[in-house]
Amino acid sequence: MSGENGTGGARGPGEDPERDTANLPGMRGAGGEEIRVQRGMFGANNGGDTSGYGGLVRSVRLPGASARPYGGWFDEVADELEGALEEQGLLPENALDKTVVDRGELTFHVEREHLVRVARTLRDDPALRFELCTGVSGVHYPHDTGRELHAVYHLRSLTHNRLIRLEVSAPDADPHIPSLVPVYPTNDWHERETWDFFGIVFDGHPALTRIMMPDDWQGHPQRKDYPLGGIAVEYKGAQIPAPDQRRSYS
Amino acid sequence: MSTQSPDASAASARETTEGTVYTVTGGDWDEVAESAARADDERIVVNMGPQHPSTHGVLRLILEIDGETVTEARCGIGYLHTGIEKNLEFRTWTQGTTFVTRMDYLTSFFNETAYCLAVEKLLGIEDQITDRASVIRVLLMELNRLSSHLVCIATGGMELGATTIMIYGFRDREMILDLYELITGLRMNHAYIRPGGLAQDLPSGAVDQIREFVRKMRKNLPEYDKLATGNPIFKARMQDVGHLDLAGCMALGATGPILRSTGLPHDLRKAQPYCGYETYDFEVPTAESADAYGRFLVRLEEMRQSLDIVEQCLDRLKPGPVMVADKKIAWPAQLAHGPDGLGNSLDHIKQIMGTSMEALIHHFKLVTEGFRVPPGQAYAAVESPKGELGVHAVSDGGTRPFRVHFRDPSFTNLQAMAAMCEGGQVADVIVAVASIDPVMGGVDR
Repeated sequence: MSGENGTGGARGPGEDPERDTANLPGMRGAGGEEIRVQRGMFGANNGGDTSGYGGLVRSVRLPGASARPYGGWFDEVADELEGALEEQGLLPENALDKTVVDRGELTFHVEREHLVRVARTLRDDPALRFELCTGVSGVHYPHDTGRELHAVYHLRSLTHNRLIRLEVSAPDADPHIPSLVPVYPTNDWHERETWDFFGIVFDGHPALTRIMMPDDWQGHPQRKDYPLGGIAVEYKGAQIPAPDQRRSYS
Repeated sequence: MSTQSPDASAASARETTEGTVYTVTGGDWDEVAESAARADDERIVVNMGPQHPSTHGVLRLILEIDGETVTEARCGIGYLHTGIEKNLEFRTWTQGTTFVTRMDYLTSFFNETAYCLAVEKLLGIEDQITDRASVIRVLLMELNRLSSHLVCIATGGMELGATTIMIYGFRDREMILDLYELITGLRMNHAYIRPGGLAQDLPSGAVDQIREFVRKMRKNLPEYDKLATGNPIFKARMQDVGHLDLAGCMALGATGPILRSTGLPHDLRKAQPYCGYETYDFEVPTAESADAYGRFLVRLEEMRQSLDIVEQCLDRLKPGPVMVADKKIAWPAQLAHGPDGLGNSLDHIKQIMGTSMEALIHHFKLVTEGFRVPPGQAYAAVESPKGELGVHAVSDGGTRPFRVHFRDPSFTNLQAMAAMCEGGQVADVIVAVASIDPVMGGVDR
């Protein structure tokens, strides 16, 4: 597998052109896609921090798009998928935002309006045949402007013994992603769960209701802007703050 | 209820000085029961659970019944939701094992292993996991498969009125829990498997005790055959009940014994081996009947295979480290028994407090802050007793998980309940649900 493709590949669009990086040591994960810029440390940002860590600036980058060849059977799946989409009159570059190979896993970032078509192709094409969907997992990147909400699907092919990942994003302002229930009925409860926890609206789902939280619950608890809650606890005379009030190192 | 909501399935609402108050417990339920009573005098809606001995925890079944026939069946879940995935985002990667072990509390070691495999994939240290750690992980997982299947068969039997099989199952599971207690210190919720390896090595005498257990279990396993496999009452209750064919399994994402009872030998231990499963010699049992009886037979045979794997693990246990050599990932302290129980070893405390300032800093940083995991995402899946247990872990380069999602097999498999029960008898609902083997701790997380 060309596992290093994700980190060593082309610079992502988030790279700051003004900063002269020629004289700086190489940073782990430089390149790739910037999702956030982290400032300071220990959660201290109110000016009372005298440690010097308050001036720390660190950009958080996820592995970016990979270049061909992806290695192993990844190229075969990518070729087959792109070919099958083209046959249906859909340009692959319109449907697929980017392809990422990282840590021996293949991820297709799919434009949300083409998700159902791509999933149906992946399921039905004899050379692809991803029969089993293991559900959807939501991820909330509050600083990834315009693509805050991600839905991540893992598709397994029992025929070819392969596993791939589809990733779809939607902005917070318009949290709509088409439902995959018509293609993979197993996603019924999974999409309800992701709606419940992240507020992603899966258009076309037969009954998109809350599944874990009570029906009248306000908010979507696993979003990053939703607090964990909890109360401080006294132990041997010391106050231990609630988990989301403790100092943070990241 | 003061106001009738226009949507029959929505909770009723009334305005108060504090704002709108919704009533979700009972309002909609009354409407469903009322309209059902109006429509047909034979048709009734039965609410089974969330507290019912045969629903495997706090599962609520809503059954629409016409005479003895179930015309519609729906699940209500979420009664045991504890927000484990959210909580993980506020603890270090190492502390995560303490949480995930409590998800499906009957398959603790599978949760821990799947989580650790995902973290290790993110760290890129899969190749550095020591042989001994992998063998002990396999050993514990297979013991865990036995104990989980024993609970499934025991409680499933009890729900049919076969209380003897319940006593047998819990008797044998108790022996396995004793082994857990010896090895990890706890009967459940172990947090023993850690990113990078294990919390500590097997205690002295564990291998002999496991061998003794395997010997006893080989004697006990045929008793289930004698009691149940050929028992005409048992067969009459189980055969052709809870039918779900291969196409249904694929569509609904059902894995594990449900999938294998349709004749497809899909097992991640063979298909996508992890922890060195490709080097063990075992079979993937299947059945052709795609019903509750077939699932029972698959589980029984899997227990035999698990015993074989446990023996192979014991044979290949070689002395060696159980944690990766990278001191930045391994827990800095060596644990030892003191007068007040298990804790940091005195030698370690002596070293960090008396001789090495760097070791003290290292200890402090790792214990309070934890290690950093490079940004990215990973998916790791293991074959739990219930099916594919998948972990999707995302890191933003910090010392805490950015997001961890568990694809719990119980959650996915429980969706098949309606397909298995509708059109059947009320009494068969119990058998079908028992054959899915859902554990609500895993379903609701």
